[in-house]
Amino acid sequence: MSATTAEKAAAKGGSADTGSGAEDERQGTTPRGPLPVTWLVLLGLALLLPTSALLWSGGWPDSLGVDAVTPLDSFADWVIENRQTHPLFLYFLLHISNVATDSVDGVHNLLESLGWAGVLGIAAALAWYVAGAGRKGLKTAGIAVGALAAIGLVDLWSPAMETLALMVVAVTAAAVLGTLLGLAAGLSDTAQRLLRPVLDTMQVLPSFAYLLPLVLIFGTGTPSALITTVIYAVPPMVRLTSLGLRGGAPAVLEASRSLGSTPWQRLWTARLPLARKEMLLGLNQTIMMALSMVVIAAVVGAGGLGESIYSALKSRDFGQGLVAGLAIVLIAVWLDRTTAAAGERSGAATGRWAAGIAAMVGAVALALGQILSRSWPESWTVDVTAPLNSAMEWVVNNFYQDVPVLGGTSAWAGNLTTWVLAPLNDGLQALPWWSVMLLAASLAWLVGTWRGAVTAVLALACIGMLGIWGPSMYTLSQVLVAVAIALLLGFALGILAARVGWAEKLLRPVFDTMQTLPQFIYLIPVVQLFNAGRVAAVTAAAVYALPAVVRITTQGLKNVAPATLEASRSLGATTWQQIRQVQWPLARPALLVAVNQGVVLVLAVVVIGGLVGGGGLGFDVVKGLTASELGTGLTAGVGIVCLGLMLDKLTQPSAARKPQ
Amino acid sequence: MNKNHTARLRRTGIAATGALALLALSACSAADTGSDDKTVSLHTPTWVGAEVNTAVAKYLLENELDYKVETKQMDETPAWDDMSQGKIDAILEDWGHPKEVKRYVEGNKTIVSAGELGVTGHIGWFVPKYVADKNPDITDYKNLNKYADLFKTPESGDKGQFIKGDPSYVSHDNALIKNLDLNYKPIEAGAEATHLAQLEQLYKNKKPFLTYWWTPQWMNATMDLVEVKLPEYKEGCDKDAKKIECAYPDVPLQKWMNADFAKEGGDAAEFLKNFNWSTDDQNLVAKYVAKDKMTPEKAAEKWVKENKSTWEQWIPKK
Repeated sequence: MSATTAEKAAAKGGSADTGSGAEDERQGTTPRGPLPVTWLVLLGLALLLPTSALLWSGGWPDSLGVDAVTPLDSFADWVIENRQTHPLFLYFLLHISNVATDSVDGVHNLLESLGWAGVLGIAAALAWYVAGAGRKGLKTAGIAVGALAAIGLVDLWSPAMETLALMVVAVTAAAVLGTLLGLAAGLSDTAQRLLRPVLDTMQVLPSFAYLLPLVLIFGTGTPSALITTVIYAVPPMVRLTSLGLRGGAPAVLEASRSLGSTPWQRLWTARLPLARKEMLLGLNQTIMMALSMVVIAAVVGAGGLGESIYSALKSRDFGQGLVAGLAIVLIAVWLDRTTAAAGERSGAATGRWAAGIAAMVGAVALALGQILSRSWPESWTVDVTAPLNSAMEWVVNNFYQDVPVLGGTSAWAGNLTTWVLAPLNDGLQALPWWSVMLLAASLAWLVGTWRGAVTAVLALACIGMLGIWGPSMYTLSQVLVAVAIALLLGFALGILAARVGWAEKLLRPVFDTMQTLPQFIYLIPVVQLFNAGRVAAVTAAAVYALPAVVRITTQGLKNVAPATLEASRSLGATTWQQIRQVQWPLARPALLVAVNQGVVLVLAVVVIGGLVGGGGLGFDVVKGLTASELGTGLTAGVGIVCLGLMLDKLTQPSAARKPQ
Repeated sequence: MNKNHTARLRRTGIAATGALALLALSACSAADTGSDDKTVSLHTPTWVGAEVNTAVAKYLLENELDYKVETKQMDETPAWDDMSQGKIDAILEDWGHPKEVKRYVEGNKTIVSAGELGVTGHIGWFVPKYVADKNPDITDYKNLNKYADLFKTPESGDKGQFIKGDPSYVSHDNALIKNLDLNYKPIEAGAEATHLAQLEQLYKNKKPFLTYWWTPQWMNATMDLVEVKLPEYKEGCDKDAKKIECAYPDVPLQKWMNADFAKEGGDAAEFLKNFNWSTDDQNLVAKYVAKDKMTPEKAAEKWVKENKSTWEQWIPKK
């Protein structure tokens, strides 16, 4: 989900960076300075790496390790011994748990007492009002009603209300916390610098890794689920609030200052109102992130739609899982359109009559909710799971093997493992630690700065010292392959979508859905098609990363000024020439963001890979949670963060280098 | 002047935060586990076989003893932790959690045994019958190396592939493969659902596989698997987890209860202690759910209606 934030940033970057495209052209005319160095470094590496693999043993020496697992495990023991008696728990942590449980229960009771008609009506009235009332509001209201009614229709009303209650509390908490932190980051450079790595970690550290400690400290069910969701959903709110505060037009601020306002007045009357749009976008993103945690919440017993998916997974009922997943998507669409409409309206006055109408619709709905049955009527439901199951079965039966010419998915999986994944993993495992570091450092230096190189080396050192070098290289080999697949497919589809209007129209809703659909749904089909193992993990990851890559690519290609394109066309360039020689180079900054996002998203689902036989760090995280090995799980989680840090430096040309 | 104002505001802010914090602290009382007399909270485990224990117990508690039953679906480890705090009253099927038993039963004594479930679990290594029929001597571990090629997959490279179960299940497979010098590579299937999906897919396509497997398992009704004999289990041979080279023992599945609930739980606690049924009963209800796609509630109701003589003995005598 984090893709969308980055994407929007990418869209911005893309348009702002047309300048750096010009810089490329300039480089083209002058003799290329950095090129020989690049080739020399690559040549050096090509000679050094095989030699080092032959002469030294691979991996990280045990003597340089630090044992983090034992202290973490004894911390778990300490918590269990002391949580009933220690003041820290009695006077602080347990109160958090209780407040969390009570507020979610409170919201849930409220939703129940409104009745289904009440919830529908109020959602519609609210959507209509915030979207600016009138005709434009009608569309937003229609989406709200349609989404909620569809959920009722597939017989998921009651779990959906449980999920909604959890989301309301989680998003409120995340929004408040995010705004406060965002204020700090927006007003102080120090806070901004301090918060950045924290926010990055919050988004990359798999929630499976910290679920167990949360359960031990706060208890299962609502409290842990709520805190996990907040941790994951806060970053975009902080980032966008800070961005909004920093982006306020200098002229307005200067005017406000010259009028003699105090810093606080300036904040309230000028900076915050100017940041409104970004903050609403932040809220929108926070909601989307929170919704992606619904299934994780069910792992610790929070119920709701997540539980429907989780139990569908258990009984391998693909249809039921998909329907529950689509219900989450529908909630996402409803909330996304409502908050987005509120953001676009941007403070235009709505008038008192609109508020009156909205209140009246709400009141009528409320009354209806009391008269009609509280829960969604059973006769108004349809079962769509059976056809979905038979469709999936048909796909599996017909594509698994013996497909004429193509061979079938199990054969592809076998070939990918034998010819790509296994050799890549063997290579990485055979390299001594220092040559892997050298490789990472050189690449980071070539694409970024020497600082990036240092970070990449430190991240690798952290992996080695934690004693997870082997599983990390195993995971790294899969991540690289998954990113490569996502990029190949993503660029191809992106080019298609950018050139052909109807293709984009067709792809867009599919990809929107794919991004919000919980990955737990496709675990079973992926295993049935590709067999449990690394290919299943790689596929799940590539599928997850694909939509963002396509979208950023499309956006980047489309942002190329039409005039430039027109000029090349009038010079007689073919379609392919236009793409390769005009659009592609000019869209480079956006494409680099696509690469970077591909990496981030693939890493985000390493744990899902662990669930389908991917092994490595993802499996260790899963094992840490399910087998109660806190140390193993958290260490592996940190390993994933370190891999992320390193790959980020390898794929993100540093900002410091751009302005020349 | 401006500076002063800001400073004052900031001080006020700090004071307000402090006051709020104090207010929160003054509302101090330890968290309550919130179990009222007529509500029982049961764990719903992540596999179908055990899910139906809970479903049947819930149905009887609600319809015969007038209790309200809450079921909590979560992984086993968090469930043990919840039970020690009284948030869950009982777990009805446990295949062995030595670490948790040490921590909560022997350690802080918050959990007590509630007797046996009546079902005996057995874990072992299995191959499909169509493989055993073709290669009759494969059912002895000593001959496994001879057949390593048969089980080779791209994932296991030049060794035979051994498919492991869910990471939370009791298993010594890695140690066994190493200590018995078997030319096999253990492959993690990741989770129970994916493990089952994988086996089902291979079975349907008549592919050979060697896997960690157990009974009772409702899928034994649709998949015919044959056990591979491992060196005989002897008391204590599994003491050192790294040196194990013997088969898995038979496990009489256990029930566990929160210690306070066991004492004060009244009829409900009594009923759950009495709850005891056979492997066939459990498999039957599990099949209703997993194969016939009934809801656990409906399946439990069907079984209860048809098996009065069995469950009558569980109801505490007045």
